[in-house]
Amino acid sequence: MNIEAVLLWIRGPGLGLALGIFLFGMAIKLLEIFLLGRKKNLAAVRSSGVAAGFRTILSRSLPPDGNILRRPRFTFIFGYAFHIGLFVVMFFLAPHIEVSHALLGLSWPALPTPVVDVFTIISIIAMMALLWHRLTSPLLKYLTTPQDYLVWALTFAPLLSGYMAYHHLLLPYTWLLSIHIGSVELLLILFPFTKLTHAFTLFIARWYTGMMAGQKGVQS
Amino acid sequence: MSKATLERGINALKEQIDTPTAAFFSSCVNCGLCAHACLFYTETCDPAKTPIHKLEPMRRLWEQEYTLTGRIRKWLGLGKPITDDELEQWSELAYQNCTLCGRCSMVCPVGNDITYMIRKLREGLSAAGHAPDGLIGATTRAVKLGSPMGVTLKALEAQAKHVKEDSGLDIPFDVEGTEYMVLLSSMEIINYPEYLQAIAKIFDQAKKTWTISSEAFEATNSGIQIGTSDIAAELVQRVVDAAEKLKVQTVISPECGHAYMAIRWEGPNLIGRPFTFRVQHILEVLDELREQGLLQVEGVEDGRLTFHDPCQLVRRGGVIEQPRNLMRLVVDNFVEMKDHGKMNWCCGAGGGVSAIEEAEEVRLKAFNRKKKQLSKLHVDGLVTACANCRIQIEEGLEENDMDMPVIGLTEILANHLVEKETGGGSSA
Amino acid sequence: MKNDPSLLEVLRQQGVSRRGFLKFCAATASLMALPPGMAPVIAKALEQAHRPSVIWLSFQECTGCTESLTRSHAPTIEGLIFDAISLDYHHTLQAASGSAAEEARMAAMKANKGEYLLVVDGSIPTADPGYSTIAGISNLEMLREVAADAAAIIAVGTCAAFGGLPHAKPNPTGAVAVSDIITDKPIINVSGCPPIPVVITGVLAHFLTFGTLPKLDHLGRPLAFYGNNIHDRCYRRPFYERGQFAESFDDEGAKKGWCLYKLGCKGPVTYNACATTKWNNGTSFPIESGHGCLGCSEPNFWDLGGFYNALSEPSVNTGNAAAFGLVAGAAVGAASGIMARKEKDNTSHAHQKVTVNDLKRGESQ
Repeated sequence: MNIEAVLLWIRGPGLGLALGIFLFGMAIKLLEIFLLGRKKNLAAVRSSGVAAGFRTILSRSLPPDGNILRRPRFTFIFGYAFHIGLFVVMFFLAPHIEVSHALLGLSWPALPTPVVDVFTIISIIAMMALLWHRLTSPLLKYLTTPQDYLVWALTFAPLLSGYMAYHHLLLPYTWLLSIHIGSVELLLILFPFTKLTHAFTLFIARWYTGMMAGQKGVQS
Repeated sequence: MSKATLERGINALKEQIDTPTAAFFSSCVNCGLCAHACLFYTETCDPAKTPIHKLEPMRRLWEQEYTLTGRIRKWLGLGKPITDDELEQWSELAYQNCTLCGRCSMVCPVGNDITYMIRKLREGLSAAGHAPDGLIGATTRAVKLGSPMGVTLKALEAQAKHVKEDSGLDIPFDVEGTEYMVLLSSMEIINYPEYLQAIAKIFDQAKKTWTISSEAFEATNSGIQIGTSDIAAELVQRVVDAAEKLKVQTVISPECGHAYMAIRWEGPNLIGRPFTFRVQHILEVLDELREQGLLQVEGVEDGRLTFHDPCQLVRRGGVIEQPRNLMRLVVDNFVEMKDHGKMNWCCGAGGGVSAIEEAEEVRLKAFNRKKKQLSKLHVDGLVTACANCRIQIEEGLEENDMDMPVIGLTEILANHLVEKETGGGSSA
Repeated sequence: MKNDPSLLEVLRQQGVSRRGFLKFCAATASLMALPPGMAPVIAKALEQAHRPSVIWLSFQECTGCTESLTRSHAPTIEGLIFDAISLDYHHTLQAASGSAAEEARMAAMKANKGEYLLVVDGSIPTADPGYSTIAGISNLEMLREVAADAAAIIAVGTCAAFGGLPHAKPNPTGAVAVSDIITDKPIINVSGCPPIPVVITGVLAHFLTFGTLPKLDHLGRPLAFYGNNIHDRCYRRPFYERGQFAESFDDEGAKKGWCLYKLGCKGPVTYNACATTKWNNGTSFPIESGHGCLGCSEPNFWDLGGFYNALSEPSVNTGNAAAFGLVAGAAVGAASGIMARKEKDNTSHAHQKVTVNDLKRGESQ
């Protein structure tokens, strides 16, 4: 089996498998969360909390008090750099948009490749900084579980291989493209079974927190 | 007679885990930001005091019992069961090192309401018999004597007499059909009797009818601090029964943070039905009176004053602007702390911490956060609206040789009430 | 070996000047990424080289490769090089037919045993040898017979190199590449559908000059021609970088010559010299004509997920797998969720009311 056949498998059956497992796992994950249920709030609320819930979904993406240099500065700066970088790379590189177009029929304008490239570098640097922080900060060392390193690696691999593929580093493009798509598939497969689910469940978490605080008249 | 067991504790915990909890645990990425929002971490730098870490047994239980992957792992013998030793260890983190102040819940980037979950964790810890002795004692007194500090009706009546002597105002007991029914905290009755007099004067000026129930005057609720809903419900029920018996329109929660949380927000959920009356914090009532022009004050305070936000009242209770409106009424030189309002730092003694003897050292350490805030402000005094915060701050200031008066907001307002033309009594 | 005139003499007879010949040698050297100093070496070697014997076998093919190599509209030096070899057997081109043709093949094999070059175009059917025969001999048998005494094999075209179109799903004839059958001879894959003519002459020139095969890539292709991918050498690359893409073949972008990535161009994974040597005497290459690269020099290019689907798109329909995953997940999730909910309801039933007397362990109080 040569690399061309590997790429073909990765772009075809492999992707189907990964998507299937991803959706399988996420469906389980979300149903498990929602079927647990919660008690209705019987207290006389100040508002329904709906608006507050939506506001919290949005506001927790912004730095507290609009100040990105808040303490702990390291986590804030590199946390934002990584997530923004990843977001731009994921959603604004033309080939990535084509995937969405093929799978969902949705597409939108792409950013120029060199711009995406800069964001990739930002994201890669930020991820390495965050890893270093995790390995050295006493607080984070204490909190970190092996899974934290696993999800770091799962996220880092597509970024690095994508960057290397674009710049033809080390290996032929076909190899790198295979590794890149393969690493994304690995990410998809393990996504529902690790804390990577936060990318989806944080909206549920923010919603409940915002809504419950909103009912008490606090914008959380 | 049933006793606390590990099984009962685990059962109680499992009962508590709900959709938000599952969403919260699914979202945490161990970023550590909640630690930096928690004064027990910032003042000790002990990573075990990271808020989300205080929930580790509960997170594991959720994973093992309520997720497919966790159940499979448990099945294969890979799951780590929850043990008594572990709960014992976590009891220290969840009771002594958490005031349920809710600051972590405000900063979590994925939006986890960590405080919401620690409240639930205490439900399991207390059912398993791992609640601290201090809180068990307070709770037992609350249920058996009607007050966590053992304050009886007699003591209250004695204070009422003092008020009458001081101001000539009657404290109305068990009057039916009044607009307001006033609750008090034991601490106010014993340590800060000025509050009762202040209330009497303010309502007298505003010409509002009010009463105190001799059957349910205690506002504090140790049940929600220890985290036992069954007990908390019993205590709430006493107030509800009294309010419905006296047919009052509004029950007023006193200057006490968690009492407000207990009766205003948890109350209906604890007894399982909405209330037939309104519940307001005294500051909400006073601000309403101010708006209606029924709160006539004169003169202002001389010094530079700041306001300490009681967590359960402000961040967790939603009474944010009212204290500021009232402060401005009588304080010219009112300065806010950095991080004031819903992001203010806790005094370090809420959530039952003040009732736990073993927590004294860490409680005073935690106060350093407030001390730092205050030393930056250069204020002459501090105003707050929670007797528990007040005691902690007074103690902390003394410990740190900082000389500064700590006053209740209601009292300050009462001090500035416009004197009536007629009517007896002398007032400051 | 026959006493033939040297290659240069043949070229002279055909009217090629020495200047033109040297120019060709220089071009060949540069195409094959040899240092410029190698051009005179090539020239010298070619001048003295004697016409090598070549046997050309055509199996399951469309004659496109032969057409490509012979139908240049003006005579080229590449074409003349072909005149210069001793093409002893090529059933499309040779005058002889029937048993005379086969005899010519046998004669050439005998006369140049161990020295002749074998060129193959087309794939070899293995499902049933009867699918393709020449003079009653199956392709498989003929390949083995001729390859046995060949100096080297040049697999011309993607069919011979990788199986090509006949190998495409579902591959009814069981078509395979030369390299799947012959494993003990040097094989050069000159893939492409069809391959660029100059690649064949380049390989021949290299063989004649150095007596060895040029450096090959992991797919057995001369690295000098297959070392770069189309995307990297494409004149439309700046549009890709700027994110300017033609969305259809007749939109503004297409008219402005924007990148064809979204229209399925396989340039990024295609290694060939089209973008630099071009076709039809250097006129253009497919992308210049407004059509994306099909990736014809790559294995399985027929099955790379559709010519008009972008490279990053799934190569097969993943909808079924996704739908299956979702439905199965919903079923398992619902079962798991309901189990969890039941478990939770059980805890409510098992809940014993906690009173102040229950807050301590049995042993105390």
